[in-house]
Amino acid sequence: MRWGLGRNRYRVTPGLYAVGAPDAEAPLLVSANYKLSFDCLRSALHGIDAWILVIDTKGVNVWCAAGKGTFGTAEIIRRCQSAQVAKIVNHRTLIVPQLGAPGVAAHLVKKATGFSVSYGPVRAADLPEFLAANLQATPAMRRVTFTFLERLILTPVEVSVLRKTILYAIAALFILSGIGSDIFSFTAAWQRGTAALVPGLAGILAGCVITPALLPWLPSRLFAAKGALVGLAIACLLALVFYRQAAVPELIALFLFVASIASYTAMNFTGSSTFTSPSGVEKEMRIAIPWQAASLLIAGLLWIGSAF
Amino acid sequence: MATPGLTYLKNVATLKLETEKCIGCRLCMTVCPHGVFAFVNSIATITHLDSCMECGACASNCPTRALRVEAGVGCASAIIKGWLTGSEPSCDCSDDSTCC
Repeated sequence: MRWGLGRNRYRVTPGLYAVGAPDAEAPLLVSANYKLSFDCLRSALHGIDAWILVIDTKGVNVWCAAGKGTFGTAEIIRRCQSAQVAKIVNHRTLIVPQLGAPGVAAHLVKKATGFSVSYGPVRAADLPEFLAANLQATPAMRRVTFTFLERLILTPVEVSVLRKTILYAIAALFILSGIGSDIFSFTAAWQRGTAALVPGLAGILAGCVITPALLPWLPSRLFAAKGALVGLAIACLLALVFYRQAAVPELIALFLFVASIASYTAMNFTGSSTFTSPSGVEKEMRIAIPWQAASLLIAGLLWIGSAF
Repeated sequence: MATPGLTYLKNVATLKLETEKCIGCRLCMTVCPHGVFAFVNSIATITHLDSCMECGACASNCPTRALRVEAGVGCASAIIKGWLTGSEPSCDCSDDSTCC
């Protein structure tokens, strides 16, 4: 599910839900209608009586939806009114997840609904402590982390998102491999194509899985550079294990090919990370894409050249 | 404030604070996921600009619009699409794929 397959079927109907047996004094929490978010919140509230107001974020999680504004002021106001929450609770406090804040203007929610927004912790697991502490979060509860496990959990999405691109790239690889002194040979396309597939997949592994896993320990702030380094290391391994007999141009092609693919896919991981800024990503891309394109081009030319 | 090894490029964040508009409500400090702000004499200051990921939470919650930031989507693929189509970068989370 997390891989992005069938995500659209993973929605919760928006509206007001009860956890336990809440009364008019029970806390009122706002959630997205992404089922993983909702379930996570429900299980965190185990043993606590509370109201959950699920708003329509088109099945997208709180943080991403807030970035797009679908988890936002207007939708919160609309759901507060349609669920008539003012008649259900006596207090006037809405607990909104902190990561929803990019889409919300607390002062406008207050103006329209009379409810003041209290931003809850980043992680639902901290909610019991937050509620017990009279809606006070510790500084640690306010920080977004990006632990080894959190990074690893995201790696299948990276591959899944790229699946179409990968298929096109494999097709291109086979066509390129067929070019030779016979102009085009299907035998060569198959043989050389499968031989080139291994470094290609190794590059994806390097950029989509190994780089995210080792992220904080790799040198450079640029994801593209981190990925290229891992790609070069993997290419070294491949050269030592599989391609001891290869000619120098083929080896250069191998290194450039793996490094450019690893670099590009690693750069894409900026979208999953929790600390990169759009301005930074744009700057990184302006630096990295010419390098990636040039090394991929040289690798391709060397690869075609080695067939003659 | 950031985890060692998990800091991004320096001096690129577009976050701007007009100190004279700050009324000291501290909401920016509350909503910031990366501890960018601190309060000195009840007035906000930016202490960790390079930790800013431009999510826009502080700016949208600032009641006096003392904060400005060019918030947006941080996916590489979305930015490429934006360059190619000449539009604002936007991820297609709402369709069948994911990005953020």
